[in-house]
Order: sequence, then structure tokens, then C-alpha cells
Amino acid sequence: MTAKGQGRTAFAYLVPALLVLGGLLAYPIYQLVLISVYDYGQEQVSGGAPLVFLGLGNYQKLLADQQFWTVLGQTVAFAAVCVVGTLLVGAFLAILATRVRTWVRMTLFLAALGAWSTPAVAGSTIWLFLFDANFGFVNEVLGIQGFSWTFDKWTAFGLVAAQVIWCSFPFVMVTLYAGIKAIPGEVLEAAALDGASAFRTAWSVTLPLLRPIILVVTIQSIIWDFKVFTQIYVMTGGGGIAGRNLVLNVYAYQQAFAASEYGLGAAIGVVMTVLLLVITLFYLRALKRSGEVL
Amino acid sequence: MRRWITEAFVLVIAAVVAFPLFWMVLSAFKPEDEIISADPVPWTTRPTLDSFTRALTVANFGRYFMNSVIVALIVVVLSILISFLAATALTRFRFRSRTTLLIMLLVVQMVPVEALTVPLFFLMRSVGDSVPAFGLNHLGSLVLVHLAFSLPFAIWMLRGFVAAVPVELEEAATLDGASRFRFLWQVLFPLVAPGLVATSVLSFIHAWNDFLFAKTFIISAVENQTLPLALQVFVKPDQNDWGAIMAGSTLMTIPVLIFFMFVQRRLVSGLAGAVKG
Repeated sequence: MTAKGQGRTAFAYLVPALLVLGGLLAYPIYQLVLISVYDYGQEQVSGGAPLVFLGLGNYQKLLADQQFWTVLGQTVAFAAVCVVGTLLVGAFLAILATRVRTWVRMTLFLAALGAWSTPAVAGSTIWLFLFDANFGFVNEVLGIQGFSWTFDKWTAFGLVAAQVIWCSFPFVMVTLYAGIKAIPGEVLEAAALDGASAFRTAWSVTLPLLRPIILVVTIQSIIWDFKVFTQIYVMTGGGGIAGRNLVLNVYAYQQAFAASEYGLGAAIGVVMTVLLLVITLFYLRALKRSGEVL
Repeated sequence: MRRWITEAFVLVIAAVVAFPLFWMVLSAFKPEDEIISADPVPWTTRPTLDSFTRALTVANFGRYFMNSVIVALIVVVLSILISFLAATALTRFRFRSRTTLLIMLLVVQMVPVEALTVPLFFLMRSVGDSVPAFGLNHLGSLVLVHLAFSLPFAIWMLRGFVAAVPVELEEAATLDGASRFRFLWQVLFPLVAPGLVATSVLSFIHAWNDFLFAKTFIISAVENQTLPLALQVFVKPDQNDWGAIMAGSTLMTIPVLIFFMFVQRRLVSGLAGAVKG
């Protein structure tokens, strides 16, 4: 086939994909930025009122808004708690999994697989029911019937974080377990022969060898937990009482679709995208260092 | 002795992790008076299908279940076809903008799709003006966005599978008189089937679990809601029908659980990045 013929056939094969990706990803990304520089409210959407170009007006409004900073802080703190919790639980169980017989490990993995695969909406609802003030099993066991976990800001955040950790730790556990298993036995034997204690081996041999994998699961968790939407929305009823349980994603949604401030919602979307792209750059560098083929 | 303690501990943890799911299934089968009892117990002596019946009739869950199935299946079929062609083009042919396209494929995977709700909402609104079936309040809008979200990853995954098929095979097929079209669909397509299974399971789960876009696009057409949204609608403050909600959650979780079992081994080897609602 000639070079030109190759190019033409390749293009023909690519047309459907290019159409879908161009129309439904590339164009919306461009639109997102565009909407964020306009005053785009209910009058413009349904009434046909003229669009007012604001430039960076929406961004200025955001940066001057106390609530934006509160929400941003909450998002970072919430993601941090989820990431640390996920990593600690996942790593701890991965290590334990290497020290038990196969059937015990399979039981643990099976349970984790169940948590992992539960759809976010279903998972959130189950947790809400388990922690229900009056009919929840947890309150029955703790003997605190009538206590509402979702009323107080911090218990609400804690409950959502626990749910997120519940469905995210399996990924970390399974990946780290695979990583530990991939370490050649001779390396550990050599360490033991040299008289290293179990702790010393874990700290000076296993941990450095696992570093690339730990980095990847950490950044992957950050990316996920930074944009949690469903759990917060379902469990706190759309961001908590007076919006005190908002995170960026839910905040953007509420600004756009509840308050009809589409321009502002788009601006929050841009801020989120930029933050995540920065994290992603670190991710790609980590991937590259861990030898993954890109 | 020490291993015995570790194992007991691990089993307790496994029980705690599995408990929410156990509680979901148990509550789905409990009679109503046991669910709204002030002293819930972790067993039932009178299992019943009442909650499932209520979920399927009163809450019309059957309809929403079908809606979810339709959206997810169409997304899977279209993404298989489109990503297979694109992956073939990107691995079997040499052309100038190939590298650029590959890099762009990587970059778009990093964009948080949640941030795109506002522009996509307006896009679907204008699409609906000319083609109502793909506009707001119709399942077509959900098919379109989930197709777009699943494609970059599917293409990326399939590249490896297509590249693994030796070029000699194509030469042999051509010598035997097979047209390029026949080679594509009768030789290459079956050979990359394992890759197609893995990617389509992931596309299915994505479309199945989606809550945000269903919530944004399906505003007033109650009959076109999908499962996640329907489940959310029946959660009412202070008067939840927990039995029906748990029955609905069970119906929603089981298909994903089955599919997850299928791909779990692939997931471990790094594919995991794509799954999570």
C-alpha cells in the first residue's frame, strides 16, 4: 500500500472516533472555557437575553468569595483524609494478606471485590441505611438510637470519608499485594542472611522496592478522591445543610444547575480541571519512572 | 499460633468489609416490620420478596433497570466497533499525525469529565432541538456522553491487542484473496476479542454507575431515568421505604458484581485506573 493510501484508509477508520471525541470531548472542553468568561444565567439560557462578556469576571468573583475558599479547603482536606485512610487500610491489609493461608486471603479479597464493585449510589445508600438514626444497625449496636450521623458537619464528612475508603481501599490493597508478591524471594533471603530484622527488611528493602507502585496508587487515589461527587451528593443530600458539606465538584453542580449561575459553575470546572491536570502531570512522571510503557 | 491470630483478624476484617453488602441483601429480603423495627437484628426468620415486588411495581424499578441496560449495552456495542477501527488505524498504519493523535488520546483521559457537565448540558439541549432522541430527557444523550468518555481508554487498551497480532497474518489473508474488509472483521476482530471483553466490561460499569450525567440530563422525563437516579429519587427524608431501596440497590449491584468477577484479574494488572464511580 502506498503511503498516501495508508493515510487515507487510516483516516477512514478513525473518522467515527474523531467525530465522537471531537464533538463530545474536545468541543465541550472549549465550550467550558468559553462559558466561564460569560455571565451565563437563567435569562441567557431560557430568555434569550444577550450574553455579557465578563473576561475573568467569574474567576475574580470566585476568588473573592469566602465560600469558594471554604469549599476548596474542604475538598483538599476531605481528599487528604480519604487518600491517607485508603492507603493505610490498603497497605496494612496487603501486608497481612501475605501472611495468611490462601483461603483466608481469598475470603478477604472476595469481600474487598464486593465493596469495590458496588455502584457508588448503591454503596452510599447502604451506608446511609446502616447509619440511619432510628433504624440503622450501627446505632443499635452502639446504643445511640436517634443520633443523626449526617446532621453534624464533621460526622457527616467522616461518614462519607469512611464510605469512600470502604470502596477505594481494595484497589490499593490488591495492587500493593501484587507488588509485594513480585519482589523476588532471593532479595528478602539475602536481607535475612545479612541479619536484617523483619522491621529492617520491610523498611529498607520492601518499601524502597515498592516506592513506584505506592506513588502510582497514591496519585491515582488523589485524582479519584479529589472529584468525589456521588457519595457527597447522595449521603449529605446535595452538600449538607446550608451547603456545609460541599466539595468542589458538588459546588460547581449546585452553582450551575441549582443557582443557574452557569458561567460561575463552568469557572469552577476550569479550576478543577487545571488542578487535576497538575496532579496528572506528576502521575505521568511517576508512571514513567516506574517503567510503565506509555 | 501467631499466624492463627493474624488469620482470625483478617477474617474479622473481611466480615466487616462485606457487612454492608450482607446488610443490603438481608434487608431486601426482610419483611417490612423488621426493617422499621427499632431493634434491627442481623438475621431474619421470615424472608420475603415483598420489597422486590414493591421496588418493581410501585417504584417501577423494572423500567429503570431496562433503561440502564439499554444505555450501557448500546455504549458497549458502539465503543467496541469505533475503538476497534480506531485502534487498528493507530497500530497498523503509518501516517503523519499518528503521534499527535496518541498524545491527545492520553491527555483527554486526564480531563475530569465531571467538570464538563455545564457545556455538555447545553450541547445536549441544542442536539435535542434537531434530534430529540439524543437530546435532554432522552436516553440517547446518556449514550453519547458515555460513549465519548469510554472511547479514549478503550482505544488505548485495544492498541496493545491489535499490535500483538502478527502482520504476517494479514499478508497471508491477502494472499488467500481476502479483502481488507474481510480480514478486518473475520480475522482481526475475533483475535482481539479478549481485549474487547475487558474494555467493554469497563465501559459497561461506567455507564451503569453514572449518577451525575443522568441527574443533569434527565430532568423531567421520569420514564427515562436510569437506576442510580431512580434509587436516589426514592430516598425521601424521614419516610424512606428502606426495604424497597435495599431491593433496588441489590438489583443494581448484582450485574456489576458479576462483570467485576470477569475482569478482576486484568484489573489487578494495572487496568484498575479506569474503574470507580
